[in-house]
Amino acid sequence: MSRAENIALAAASLRKVSAVRAAEIAFWLAALAAFALLPDQALLLSEVTITGLFALSLDLVLGYGGIVSLGHAAFFGAGAYAAGLLTKMGVTDPLLGLALSAAATALLGFVTSFLVLRGSDLTRIMVTLAVAVLLKEIANRIPGITGGADGLQGVAPGPVLGIWEFDIFGQVGFGYSLAVTFVLFLIARRFVVSPFGWSIRAVKENQLRTSAIGIPVSRRLIVVYTLAAAYAGTAGALLAQTTQFVSLDVLEFHRSANLMLMLVIGGTGYLYGGLIGALLFKLVQDAIANITPEYWEFWIGLLLVILVLIGRDRIEAIPRALLRRLRGATP
Amino acid sequence: MKNLLAAASLLAALIGPAVSPAAAEDAFKIGLILPMTGPSQSTGKQINAAVKLFMQQNGDEVAGRKVEIILRDDAGVADTTRRVAQELVVKDHVSVLAGFGLTPLALATAPIATQAKVPMVVMAAATSVITEKSPFIVRTAQVMPQVASTMGTWTAGQGIKKVVTIVTDYGPGIDAETWFVKNFQAAGGEIQSSLRVPLANPDFAPFLQRVRDAQPDAVFVFTPSGQGAAFIKQFIERGLDKSGIRLIALGDVTDDDQLNAMGDATLGVVTAGPYSAAHPGAVNAKFVAAFKAANSDLRPNFMAVFGYDGMQAIYDAIKKTNGKGDGSALIEAMKGAAWESPRGPMQIDAKTRDIIQDVYLRKVEKKDGELYNIEFGSVPKVRDPAKPE
Amino acid sequence: MLTNLFDGLAYGMLLFVMACGLSVTLGLMNLINLAHGAFAMAGGYVTAVLVNRLGVPFFAALPLAFVASALIGLVLERTLYVHVYRKSHLEQVLFSIGLVFMAMSGVSYLVGSEQQFIKLPAFLANRYEVLGVSIGAYRLLIIGVCGVLALVLQLAVARTRFGAQLRAAVDDPVVARGLGIHVDLVFAATFAVGSGLAGLGGALGAEILGLDPTFPVKYMVYFLIVVAVGGSAGMTGPLVAAVLLGVADVAGKYYAPQFGAFIIYALMIVILLWRPQGLFAKAGGR
Repeated sequence: MSRAENIALAAASLRKVSAVRAAEIAFWLAALAAFALLPDQALLLSEVTITGLFALSLDLVLGYGGIVSLGHAAFFGAGAYAAGLLTKMGVTDPLLGLALSAAATALLGFVTSFLVLRGSDLTRIMVTLAVAVLLKEIANRIPGITGGADGLQGVAPGPVLGIWEFDIFGQVGFGYSLAVTFVLFLIARRFVVSPFGWSIRAVKENQLRTSAIGIPVSRRLIVVYTLAAAYAGTAGALLAQTTQFVSLDVLEFHRSANLMLMLVIGGTGYLYGGLIGALLFKLVQDAIANITPEYWEFWIGLLLVILVLIGRDRIEAIPRALLRRLRGATP
Repeated sequence: MKNLLAAASLLAALIGPAVSPAAAEDAFKIGLILPMTGPSQSTGKQINAAVKLFMQQNGDEVAGRKVEIILRDDAGVADTTRRVAQELVVKDHVSVLAGFGLTPLALATAPIATQAKVPMVVMAAATSVITEKSPFIVRTAQVMPQVASTMGTWTAGQGIKKVVTIVTDYGPGIDAETWFVKNFQAAGGEIQSSLRVPLANPDFAPFLQRVRDAQPDAVFVFTPSGQGAAFIKQFIERGLDKSGIRLIALGDVTDDDQLNAMGDATLGVVTAGPYSAAHPGAVNAKFVAAFKAANSDLRPNFMAVFGYDGMQAIYDAIKKTNGKGDGSALIEAMKGAAWESPRGPMQIDAKTRDIIQDVYLRKVEKKDGELYNIEFGSVPKVRDPAKPE
Repeated sequence: MLTNLFDGLAYGMLLFVMACGLSVTLGLMNLINLAHGAFAMAGGYVTAVLVNRLGVPFFAALPLAFVASALIGLVLERTLYVHVYRKSHLEQVLFSIGLVFMAMSGVSYLVGSEQQFIKLPAFLANRYEVLGVSIGAYRLLIIGVCGVLALVLQLAVARTRFGAQLRAAVDDPVVARGLGIHVDLVFAATFAVGSGLAGLGGALGAEILGLDPTFPVKYMVYFLIVVAVGGSAGMTGPLVAAVLLGVADVAGKYYAPQFGAFIIYALMIVILLWRPQGLFAKAGGR
């Protein structure tokens, strides 16, 4: 094969993966429908959307960069505090606050990315975790700024685009979070199917070989980590703006750990995993917790164990088989 | 992509039944939000048990309205508390929100109460500032400065001159430290140092070693209930009791829930607190007996009484407004309300909506083979000193 | 000063006994078992129930805590864990967190969510002054028990036939199987002993660390620190890391209480940047 043919082939395959599929359109239409048809669920779905964006950010780090992080709440929390403090300093426009918070967490991501360039899964887990703990300690130690253990109060963002005030039903909050998540998703999707994005995946597959063909491995990881930090920060900022409150919980370990659960449930490395995982986890948790507020953890735990033992592949096969049968019935 | 369909079908399955059916409009719903899982779960369980007991004793009908409790877990996470509170208000149309195990949880929810004009009955969180965050908040728990200041004054009166304070490093702990120090110093005492212990993973050994090296007359302690035992045990293990350092504390440290299990090490510890299971009187005797009977012999602690009194406040308000009151009317009805609680006489301050109650001085003693906080003195009708009259 | 060192040593030894099983399963068997703390909790609760409710003497309950946790570990390994050895690290995380959730909820249901306290023999509350160092009897007991265990483990892994089989099974399970080593049995036995030790640690540690249903989550991070900082070469690494962690924690709280958790975590980041495989990495190990 000639060089030109090779390039054409590569370009065609890139186009193929980047082509928008029907299922994707259906997914986002369903999200839009949820916004229009389920006003009752807006609060929960708003939380789901924000968590989904947060999980999408972890997917960039884990599914694409191959960095296992158990401290991703560091960026989520930093973004939340940044957004909260910005409104207190007079920057009440939500979108401007979002952009500034994202920039701040991107900077934090850039600086801390140098800590996770090397090391095994365990090393990276521990380093990311430690960064989150240190940030939480800092937030706890400067109550004059962050409100300390009592939380940051008086977060009062203005109306979105100067039109929509955040309401108690969570409609505006949900719509706003959904719109931001959708836009950021499109950017992430464009990013991961770009040649640059492919080179990052190559880094994940095999660092040594990738560096041998001339791709600067560390620089790729720094870029993806910084981008993911900005995404996580945006998710945190959305939480701060829509709930108008920031507490130390945003930096807690359990937030990072739950995030990891959701992403792994949804599947890594195809961007939808975080969104789907967040949706499934939160809805199931909410449903069970409403039935048994004391012992829902047991049932969630049991589901997780079963999920792993049976294997995700086999569970996923069920709806697909059903679908095939349906298609067979109506040719 | 492969998961998309699975997700969509599950979404439909889950959301379908979750959409609330047309609720019986005439029920008076109380949204009870408690930490039923996570580190503060024992608080949640005590309060929940007390609320159930109250309903059992007083019936579930008041002024012609059927009272219904909707219990939700927030696991002690503030944004969950807030979201659950919002849902209870807009979806379930609750008339009252209640519970709130920790200060940030109550603070996060305060704007919801204001916006929705729904009364919020705080049954546990004890930082002073909470009731100022919304005109719809009433508190039936305790206020940290109330007990801490009482203890500060009492301590100075005992001829104790030099004190080291140790508190857990969060809102209530800092309140406790501030007000103990303030009253103790005002009465001529000297604070040698003020130590703050992190809330998570406490190992008190190094802090106690500092106390030992400072050799004060007494050490003043506040920890959230559950951590007190570890503190007292290490206090004894370190031999501080034998070196003549007195241990004084707030009631949370010698929590009734755990006092027996903490063992004889606690004998003689003096605390200030709003409630003891050994409080004399018929009201309390009946409460303790019924609570134990309903919960396989679990002893009620102060949290249980706070929850029990919270229900009393709500029931009284429903009665007073003939079951027809909206949020504002209910709050007005709760202001200034007074009743005889298992803990003794208590009252909701008409102006601050915070609690006015007797603060008792107690000493751990053995009674019928069990350990109790035995009251030996009291200061009647203590307000929250952090709020202007 | 020396008193702090002594307290830190006791704390560190305790962490070692609880975490050494994790070090083996994670470092050697390549299994991420975040439920390790649940076995420690099981040991603690078994002891609490035996001593407080059934009146078993404390020193008789300790070995029972070991046996009970080891049995639970063995059963779970044979029925559940054996299916996840070959799964990805991420699925192992999912699986073991699932177990933690079930354990926390189960304990809360069966025993209750309040703190548990184990009634100790009175003489363990004694205190001795030796050359100006104030030594608590209970902490002395911890150092003694854990020290002996550390020594025995070290010898068992390095000197015994079983230790050799374990090392062989870990280095290359296929070849080890070819040599007639029952790799599955070796793993099961190792897992059981690791769980048992965690249980014993939980029983000993309840007095100092507290014991409630959230125990597995509270201390999981500490166990992971021990393993990550210690590295996976034998028992020396985790032991050194645990003692270092214990002393740094206690000394940090004494000399700079305002910095709280800063010291341990900052120290850990520095060590891991300096030696990403931990202090005692085995050359060419996994």
